[in-house]
Amino acid sequence: MATETGIGASVRRTEDARFITGTGRYTDDINVPGQTYCVFVRSTHARAKIKSIDTSDALSTPGVVAAFVGADLAKDEIGDLPCGWLVKSKDGSDMIAPPHPPIATERVNYVGEPYALVIGETVQAAKDGAEAIVAEFEIQTPVMDVASATQSEQIHESVPSNRSYDWELGDKAATDAAFEDAAHVTSLDIVNNRLIPNAIEPRAALGSFDAASETYTLHTTSQNPHLERLVLAAFVNIAPEAKLHVVSPDVGGGFGSKIFVYAEETAVIWASAKVGRPVKWTADRVESFLSDAHGRDHVTHAELALSEEGDFLGLRVKTTANMGAYLSTFASSVPTYLYGTLMAGQYKTPAIYVEVQAVFTNTAPVDAYRGAGRPEATYVVERLVETAARELNTDVAELRRRNFINPEDFPYETPVALTYDTGNYAASLDKALEYANYSGFASRKARSEADGKRRGLGFSCYIEACGLAPSQVALSLGAGVGLFESAEVRVDVTGSVTVMTGAHSHGQGHETTFAQLVSDKLGIPFENVSVVHGDTRRSDYGLGTYGSRSIAVGGSAISKATDKIVTKAKKIAAHMLDSEEDQVSFDDGIFTIPDSNESLTFGEVAFSAYVPGNFPLDELEPGLSEKAFYDPANFTYPAGTHICEVEIDSETGTTSIVSFVAVDDFGNVINPMIVEGQVHGGLAQGIGQALLEHGIYDSDGQLVSGSYMDYTMPRADDLPDFVVDTTSTPCTHNPLGVKGCGEAGAIGATAAVMNAITDALGVKDLPMPATSETVWRAIQGG
Amino acid sequence: MYSFRYHRAASIEEAKELHTTSDEGAYLAGGMTLIPTLKQRLADVDDVIDLGGIESLKGVMTSGTSMKVGGMAVHNEVAANATIDALRHLASGIGDPQVRNRGTIGGSIANNDPAADYPAAVLGLNATIHTNGRTIGADDFFTGMFDTALGDSEIVTAVEFPMPSRAAYIKFPNPASRYAVVGVMVSETNGNVRVAVTGAGTCVFRASAMEEALTNEFAAESISGISIDSSSFNSDIHASAEYRAHLVGVMAQRAVSQIS
Repeated sequence: MATETGIGASVRRTEDARFITGTGRYTDDINVPGQTYCVFVRSTHARAKIKSIDTSDALSTPGVVAAFVGADLAKDEIGDLPCGWLVKSKDGSDMIAPPHPPIATERVNYVGEPYALVIGETVQAAKDGAEAIVAEFEIQTPVMDVASATQSEQIHESVPSNRSYDWELGDKAATDAAFEDAAHVTSLDIVNNRLIPNAIEPRAALGSFDAASETYTLHTTSQNPHLERLVLAAFVNIAPEAKLHVVSPDVGGGFGSKIFVYAEETAVIWASAKVGRPVKWTADRVESFLSDAHGRDHVTHAELALSEEGDFLGLRVKTTANMGAYLSTFASSVPTYLYGTLMAGQYKTPAIYVEVQAVFTNTAPVDAYRGAGRPEATYVVERLVETAARELNTDVAELRRRNFINPEDFPYETPVALTYDTGNYAASLDKALEYANYSGFASRKARSEADGKRRGLGFSCYIEACGLAPSQVALSLGAGVGLFESAEVRVDVTGSVTVMTGAHSHGQGHETTFAQLVSDKLGIPFENVSVVHGDTRRSDYGLGTYGSRSIAVGGSAISKATDKIVTKAKKIAAHMLDSEEDQVSFDDGIFTIPDSNESLTFGEVAFSAYVPGNFPLDELEPGLSEKAFYDPANFTYPAGTHICEVEIDSETGTTSIVSFVAVDDFGNVINPMIVEGQVHGGLAQGIGQALLEHGIYDSDGQLVSGSYMDYTMPRADDLPDFVVDTTSTPCTHNPLGVKGCGEAGAIGATAAVMNAITDALGVKDLPMPATSETVWRAIQGG
Repeated sequence: MYSFRYHRAASIEEAKELHTTSDEGAYLAGGMTLIPTLKQRLADVDDVIDLGGIESLKGVMTSGTSMKVGGMAVHNEVAANATIDALRHLASGIGDPQVRNRGTIGGSIANNDPAADYPAAVLGLNATIHTNGRTIGADDFFTGMFDTALGDSEIVTAVEFPMPSRAAYIKFPNPASRYAVVGVMVSETNGNVRVAVTGAGTCVFRASAMEEALTNEFAAESISGISIDSSSFNSDIHASAEYRAHLVGVMAQRAVSQIS
């Protein structure tokens, strides 16, 4: 730790003052002259043909400015919402992406799908107009069950058997052979429950069209404004990128759900030119539940083959993944390249074969949600491993240790297409075992039993592939965009610095972390660094924030740009000090030359760059501003051990988490406090999945858990005091040695909780969430 | 929300006059149910008559043998000032801090949500409901799901609780809403035992078999074998009728254990 604000220091988050005092500037806070308000008319049927939509009464409703249906967008050649990752089936054929018009035209396929929009002088007027829309539907039987979706009625004309793709990864023959040689096979049927993201700020969009400059401006709650602009320009045909300005101001949480390009902002930006006035839409909470992309929702059969001695020989996984009614922006990649590729976990399993079929149902689209594929993979691997240890009467920690990829094995090529660069899995396991007081568990369990309670312990040794993503790898696997990150470091005349990043902060604390990084590298005060993000006209094309990528990819780009600043500044300093560039040292903000007591501060050099009285103009351009694009050579591989201990009230079935230990290897850490906060949030969501959260549709396709009366968000009193610590094997291929920490909690925690509950109950499996009644029934059954 | 006229009544009489003369009027107490209902356009009223400005409806007062809670007393006021421990505990566990700072006892029992906590207190402690026209006994007040004996423009002015010799309320909260999946109030007042159950059925009810057993012997074991008929119980994603019936037994025994 160099300074109190440098790399490694737990600097308080500078952005929090405005967030917690209500002075942030969110999309809904932005109001522009002439603004109108949009309300979407949403399907109450899960599956129906649209017979007619009559907007005439809406149009004559007082205060209504306009009303549009899907056909109006189609007339203007507004394109479908695309899925940006092409996955191929086993037979080499492309996945099938059904048409996804922003506003439904011929049929509606989930409750909440918009089929009309009404624009009013006020929200109330628009709502009045929306109620006056008369639509006739021919209601059809919805397809609601994931497991039987391929045998159900066909939802989309272009998608036989409701199957988008049937994908595979790994060596089937080798894996089958491993199972034939196995002394023991552990198998599990696993359902990974559907989750609803629930960002605290609902999605919102404000579209404006400036006729004079023919420029569109979209303020919206996006995790990646450049991608939003790209899709709206290149696929939806709103306007060329140069005529489309996308701003994501303060955004109150995303968890993946705000990566995607949705119907609403598409319609709003289009409509702003149509009505010639700015159009604003802000979701209410009911709309968020119905129309934000949901997460998870897998049905899986998984088997682990082991030798007599407990060596993992092979892993076979067959998953059906629910895509919902349409393919959302990155939906296809989640249960494939972010899932199947993680099946090696922390282990040397030599043969792995994964099959995933993606199916459509009449539910909201499913896409990336914190962890995105990796929590589902971890759940499969870690439930299997724990179950195998129990079946073999082996210590759950030692069975894992026996099969770990060891430090000397790196770089390690897995049978499922990844190469892990570094790690030390035993180190995090050992540290976690110590925190969890593993050896004392038996006596704690005995004490609980004496009180008529049941106690259990569960592990999860997870791995994730983060720092998305090496572009060439991603593009070769079907990605539609490169996945590098951009940065610009702009030194001001007086030596303060403005950093422009293509990453986007919606709670992660980039304004603090990135400022620490730059101030440390340049030896300037932390307070003198400002971080700018979320504006396509201020930052270079970047890819935004998801996949725990901001520090590993965005931070590396900033680091590279900062290095370029130092390089140029040294040239200027050499000139000013009448020396040679290679003689100049730069340390802690001071330029020096050997055997001289002459020195220059960073501020003096910056000033000279902009007030070039003493400046090598013949060799260098004035100014001090550098850009960098950083494309990672590999993914990063954060990994760690989570240990959960639960106590269950035998009479009610209620589970209390009595302790939760998370020891994570994030490589180098810039701000330990922010990292700890990220882990806390992730753990809450991972535990939420295991115990509380569930997106439930009934057989008619109505979302039953569609409000906070029924959808159980994890709250502080559902959670214990977390024990959080780190180990570190720095990433070998990025300049900062960082790995990323945003998703780890959500990836690791769920399996640890369910392993603890099944341990306490002595059952093989239990559906998630393990509600009190679910647990109570298991107790009755046992 | 649809448009409506907002009135802040200065007196009970004014409130009643406004309500009587409105085609579609709604009293606003804490608004914990009415406001969300209006916001979602699930209700369309002409006049909202706010009772928040009527001083006589506020406050918690204890005399020798009873405790009187004003109809507009908010849950946190009861949680802080009630002299019946079980009632203080019940009020402190309703919803969340925001709800407890806005929600009122009068609003809660007038709404008679099948999963609300207060109906269990009123019935389980045999309270008397005072209105602007009469008094109503607890056993006559709750008439069905979201239904009470209150007349059209009648206002709950106060709820009077006799001081019990012992009482306890235990609830199994809905993990999402913190309403009662099952809540049981057990009390003994002047030798009379009451067991009131909320959350389980369509309306708060007395578990008479338990009351009889506890009258014979006030101990958790006395009611451990009593089976609860769950045929009319609520069943939803949080708890089946069968599980609710089981919880009634567990919560009742825990309440009894706490005070025996």
